[in-house]
Amino acid sequence: MEVSVFSLSNLTYIISSFLFISGLRYLGTPLNAQKGNTIASIGMAIAVMATLGAAYWNQSVTGGLIITLAAIIIGSVIGFSLADRVKMTNMPQLVSLFNATGGGCAMLIGMIESNQNPGHSVGADILLSASTAIGAATFSGSIIAYFKLNGLARVNVKDAKLFVYGSRIFLAVLLSMVLAWAFIPDQLDLGVWVATISLIALVYGVLFVVPIGGADMPVVISLLNALTGVATGLAGITLDNKVMIIGGVLVGAAGVILTSLMCKSMNRSLFDVISGVVKSGSQTVGQKDMEVKSTSTSQLAMKLAFADKVGIVPGFGLAVAQAQHNCAALQLELEQRGAMVEYIIHPVAGRMPGHMNVLLAEAEIDYEKMISMDEANTRISEFDVLLIVGANDVVNPAAVEDINSPLHGMPIIEAHRAKNVVIIKRGMSFGYAGVPNTLFEKPNCELLFGEADQVLSSLRSELKNI
Amino acid sequence: MESSSVIQLVIQNEEAIYFLILVVFLGLALISNVPAILHTPLMSGANAISGVILIGAIISISALPDDDYLGLFLGFLAVTLGTVNVVGGFMVTDRMLNMFKKKK
Repeated sequence: MEVSVFSLSNLTYIISSFLFISGLRYLGTPLNAQKGNTIASIGMAIAVMATLGAAYWNQSVTGGLIITLAAIIIGSVIGFSLADRVKMTNMPQLVSLFNATGGGCAMLIGMIESNQNPGHSVGADILLSASTAIGAATFSGSIIAYFKLNGLARVNVKDAKLFVYGSRIFLAVLLSMVLAWAFIPDQLDLGVWVATISLIALVYGVLFVVPIGGADMPVVISLLNALTGVATGLAGITLDNKVMIIGGVLVGAAGVILTSLMCKSMNRSLFDVISGVVKSGSQTVGQKDMEVKSTSTSQLAMKLAFADKVGIVPGFGLAVAQAQHNCAALQLELEQRGAMVEYIIHPVAGRMPGHMNVLLAEAEIDYEKMISMDEANTRISEFDVLLIVGANDVVNPAAVEDINSPLHGMPIIEAHRAKNVVIIKRGMSFGYAGVPNTLFEKPNCELLFGEADQVLSSLRSELKNI
Repeated sequence: MESSSVIQLVIQNEEAIYFLILVVFLGLALISNVPAILHTPLMSGANAISGVILIGAIISISALPDDDYLGLFLGFLAVTLGTVNVVGGFMVTDRMLNMFKKKK
């Protein structure tokens, strides 16, 4: 058998697939994760070079080659500067943008292929329009998600309903158009058909994401991430390229797992999230009249000085206030005094899965000090003091104690079972769910009003004086 | 499509369907083993891997004749977007994971 550049590129694709899979496997442990990412990126680099080689080997220089190389250079510069500059708090925005680029790429490939290669089987044509549609919807949806995460593109409840109904109609049209190709006479142009589907899918993506509530964004980002994977996999099937199928399906699987995990942690069904259903609190008043005990920084410092085991429950508020660094400083001070400090992290603390861990790691907090909700709950009564900074709904005991609460059934950090709980808060505002936090009333719980950053730094200086 | 042609389609693509089933389960098994602490880098790293769509864009553009200006323009955009996805995705994941390394 003659070895051609084409069979060489197939061999490279096998190696790339192997590198993708082992890279993802290494991503499973903090110590090896960086290695895993490097392995996967090597797999990608050789796959791209093999593809270029197979496409342009032994050919005179064509317009396609020049344009491809130019696009790779421009894309690399943009990708590099985006990745290099982003703030860790804005990671969900960046991931949304990258979701958009992947989706956009799938959409454009569908448009080119549908114009270029007529005469595929009907099944292949349908898969091609499906990958184009998913790519287009992911592209526009992710851009809207980006704006929403930046606090733009908000709608009120009434308009949200309109968007939801609109998006359902568009989805129905889209699905039937993709499938209808099987029944359409031959003379219709596939290119025009796919371009029309793309347009409808672009509108659908916007209608789909606009009405989704801010608190549900982690679910949406995970879902859009899964969809880029599915679009890639489908494009791989139509181009008969196995490394694209493997890459796409692996990412689809990752997205599906993270999406269902996020839904579970927020006590929401995926259907509720994508149809914009908001759980309304039955008791929207009451928190202001709660009988709470408040405490001062000096009293809290005293308590901390004699604690053996301190737990810190961070919420996104901590990151917004950029208080991670003062938090880390307080942790060091406590550790120097002989206390043991751990961070207890709820799965939805932050704006995307695992976001809080990254924000704490940025403040050079050791990942071995970060423990998960499940682990913490098994030994939460051992904590002498539990500091809650910027978290609210995820520590609300109503989730386990009150069957009528909208939060009921949501997995929480059972802070109320610790020996002492202190909540650092600016005022008596509600969390995202809009329900009163019954933790505030518990006998072992005190509130400390103030800005997280200031409170944490004055706690540290008070501790030094004890 | 009639039901007989659906069955035919399945039989013709038997290998591909087996392949898909195995990859789906491989993916689910690989990812469910990643701890919550690494979910953000996992997502951005996975995102970069889905940027493998870039090679689809390169293949598409290479089949175009030199005078298909619209096609070449769309292809240029596709390759640019794909490259942003790949380069940006791997780089930002590396930046994050660098913070998870143990301090010496």
